[in-house]
Amino acid sequence: MVTLLFDGLAYGMLLFVLACGLSVTLGLMNFINLAHGAFAMAGGYITVVLTSRAGVPFLAALPIAFLASAALGLLFERTLYVHMYDKSHLDQVLFSIGLVFMAVAAIDYVMGSQQQFITLPDYLQGRLDIAGAGIGRYRLFIVVLCGVLAALLQWILVSTRFGSRLRAAVDDQRVARGLGINVGAIFALTFAAGSGLAGLGGALGAEILGLDPNFPLKFMIYFLIVVTVGGTSSITGPFLASLLLGIADVAGKYYIPALEPFIIYTLMIVVLILRPQGLFARAR
Amino acid sequence: MGVALQTLGLNKRFGGLLATSEVSFTLAEGARHALIGPNGAGKTTLVNLLTGVIPPTSGKVLLHGTDITRLSPDQRVRRGLARTFQINQLFPTLTPLDTLGLAMTERLGRGNDWLRTAGSHPGIAEAIAEVAERFRLTDVLTERTSVLPYGKQRLLEIAVAFASQPQVLLLDEPAAGVPESERHDILAAVAELPRSVSVLLIEHDMDLVFSFAERISVLVNGAMFAEGNAEEIANDPRVQAVYLGDAGHD
Amino acid sequence: MSNVNVPHLLLSRHRWRWPEIAFWLAAFACLLMPSKHLILNEIAILALFALSLDLILGYAGIVSLGHAAFLGAGAYIAGLFAIHVNGDPLLGLLAAAAACGVLGFITSFLVLRGSDLTRLMITLGVALLLGEIANRAAWLTGGADGLQGITMGRLLGLFEFDLYGRTSFTYSLVVLFVLFLLARRLIHSPFGHSLTAIRDNPLRAAAVGIPVKRRLIAIYTFAAIYAGIAGALLTQTTQFVGLDVLSFQRSADVMLVVIIGGAGYLYGGLIGALGFKFLQDWLSALTPQYWHFWIGLILVALVLIGRDRPRRLLHSVQKYVTNRWQSLTGSKAAGSSTGGA
Repeated sequence: MVTLLFDGLAYGMLLFVLACGLSVTLGLMNFINLAHGAFAMAGGYITVVLTSRAGVPFLAALPIAFLASAALGLLFERTLYVHMYDKSHLDQVLFSIGLVFMAVAAIDYVMGSQQQFITLPDYLQGRLDIAGAGIGRYRLFIVVLCGVLAALLQWILVSTRFGSRLRAAVDDQRVARGLGINVGAIFALTFAAGSGLAGLGGALGAEILGLDPNFPLKFMIYFLIVVTVGGTSSITGPFLASLLLGIADVAGKYYIPALEPFIIYTLMIVVLILRPQGLFARAR
Repeated sequence: MGVALQTLGLNKRFGGLLATSEVSFTLAEGARHALIGPNGAGKTTLVNLLTGVIPPTSGKVLLHGTDITRLSPDQRVRRGLARTFQINQLFPTLTPLDTLGLAMTERLGRGNDWLRTAGSHPGIAEAIAEVAERFRLTDVLTERTSVLPYGKQRLLEIAVAFASQPQVLLLDEPAAGVPESERHDILAAVAELPRSVSVLLIEHDMDLVFSFAERISVLVNGAMFAEGNAEEIANDPRVQAVYLGDAGHD
Repeated sequence: MSNVNVPHLLLSRHRWRWPEIAFWLAAFACLLMPSKHLILNEIAILALFALSLDLILGYAGIVSLGHAAFLGAGAYIAGLFAIHVNGDPLLGLLAAAAACGVLGFITSFLVLRGSDLTRLMITLGVALLLGEIANRAAWLTGGADGLQGITMGRLLGLFEFDLYGRTSFTYSLVVLFVLFLLARRLIHSPFGHSLTAIRDNPLRAAAVGIPVKRRLIAIYTFAAIYAGIAGALLTQTTQFVGLDVLSFQRSADVMLVVIIGGAGYLYGGLIGALGFKFLQDWLSALTPQYWHFWIGLILVALVLIGRDRPRRLLHSVQKYVTNRWQSLTGSKAAGSSTGGA
């Protein structure tokens, strides 16, 4: 029971790191980016290549995956995404689906369609026995790391100058511009950071979620659930939504495996109908 | 003279804010009535309450004596209550011809007709031609609305509402943003509206208000502040105070 | 200025123009190419599916990422109907249409409210849910192995479905044509105009007396029936249903089809289906397995340069040819440049 809960917690934390960037880009730019998962996949594959082919230690590969995905995000934001902000939602959807298709096919071409594995260092393997419950070391590592990241994000958002500018821009772009805030630069930075976090999530998640070229498509719905259920007005919303989704998913798979996907999708639909703004969002 | 539109103790609360407070107001049949008030007085909220865009917290809206408080905006239009918008709300990809035809078909209750061609209803072509003529749109009937000059769009904004053959027409700042050169057409169109239509004009521009309205209501802080004919309002020291106090914000 | 003839303008819009007539003549002329009937059948079905999506996406402005829900439902219903009830194709078509109509009607209430994002998620969610049901209910649907053992009766009791797709293509094309005529009627009706109005500006649509919700429910149901019929055709002409009829890929592909052809214009889905299949053929010959890369690239490029460009090009070609023709024959058709198809 505790093991299950903990697995769900780790899964949820992971989803949060993967999806929080999407939540910010959606809230900030009102941009529907279905290609968010592609950046996560990039992070995952970078880690695979670094650890298994270049012999880089896992822990050192993580920050590299973050930075590389962030750089990729920045590049795409400045060259392509920046032209999309004013377009209709339909255009944004088409554009980002196009990117997903390209990413999926490109990774398939370069790396093959098979499942990729990351060899974890010894100290992250196996289980710890805490108060009678078996806790996976790697899952503990994920929970701690993602917890720290979530706290860090919250701190940046609430207590730093960048955070207050970001919040101002999310609240009302025009007013923020009027206040002399360089909204374009905030977009770019946020997008890069969000992509970086997704990349980090992809690297961390390869072991738990699996990693193959279809990753962006397979998890798109999960990211979207986190964002829509959590709302886009804070990061606590997506955080709670991630945990809920993670725990529900893991518990569902364990207790009622036959109904698990139905529960997730049905819940999502019900939440969206009852609270189109998201379960944890303040009404605007 | 009969009553066209009436509100009884209308209230609208947004959270802690009382945006409309006990508004009881009467629009007589055939009236040329203006609703004025400083910025933030709650004019837009009142229009939204009258047209059913938002529901009131309490109170009633009556159209020719019938309670329409619970009707949706489109139901109210089909009962003869039409409005224009302060900021153009048009259909960019449709032509004025389509737009006017649409408004008329809906008013005739034939909008559900999906097997006949639009405009095949007897008499509708003549009716469109007449409205187009009245609002000086004949020369642009087949152009896409999005490419029309602003003044023409503004005329179309009123023409669409008029095409719904309303008994009561709410004009929300009809001349807002129109350049001086195109203004005359709009003012003329408004002045030429037939007496069978009772008009409530929501307006900032005092020249327009005093040239058009026979009766004026003043809304301040969501409540009715004063009402009277043009002369009474113009000479009411309290109204002057409200407007002077607001001067500079406008 | 008052010499504008409004009745004439009103009635001239839904007149058939030569490119339309040429299009359908060409489509039926394809019956004379027996070696291509199989792929032509696929194109006709895809075209019908795309036409269905265009009705809600292009005309009513509902962004759906799960339109395959109705294609898949129609496909499974038609398959199950053939196995368990009756092998008559037309009866199966009606059964699928009716079932999808009900499904569309029920789910339409889910897409009435909310932003593009919520609609997109809900449509996606419904399709995934149905996909999962089809997957889990293997006793009924065959699960991942697909629904097998479908044998179709003769069409109208006369024409057997042959291996070369002759009956199939004729059948699909005729169904497509009939449903197209119906859709064309609908689009040029007051109802059709009100949909465009809703897409353009729902606020004003309500303010001219259009009951927005009821219209959206109606068109969503209508489109679901069309998609269901497309699914039924797919089942009946291939005698097999796989889980992929409900996949995200299907929903995304059909969106691309509509976009390639141009959204909000009846021929968009049809031309798009043709273009998509050719692209697919050509690209998968070029780089088998990776052809979605190029599809993605086309999508990205299309959005970046503006989706309406190809359609505008087509329009100017039509205008040019019409003008040439008129100057050649010296005829002058009045008011020929009004409105779009």
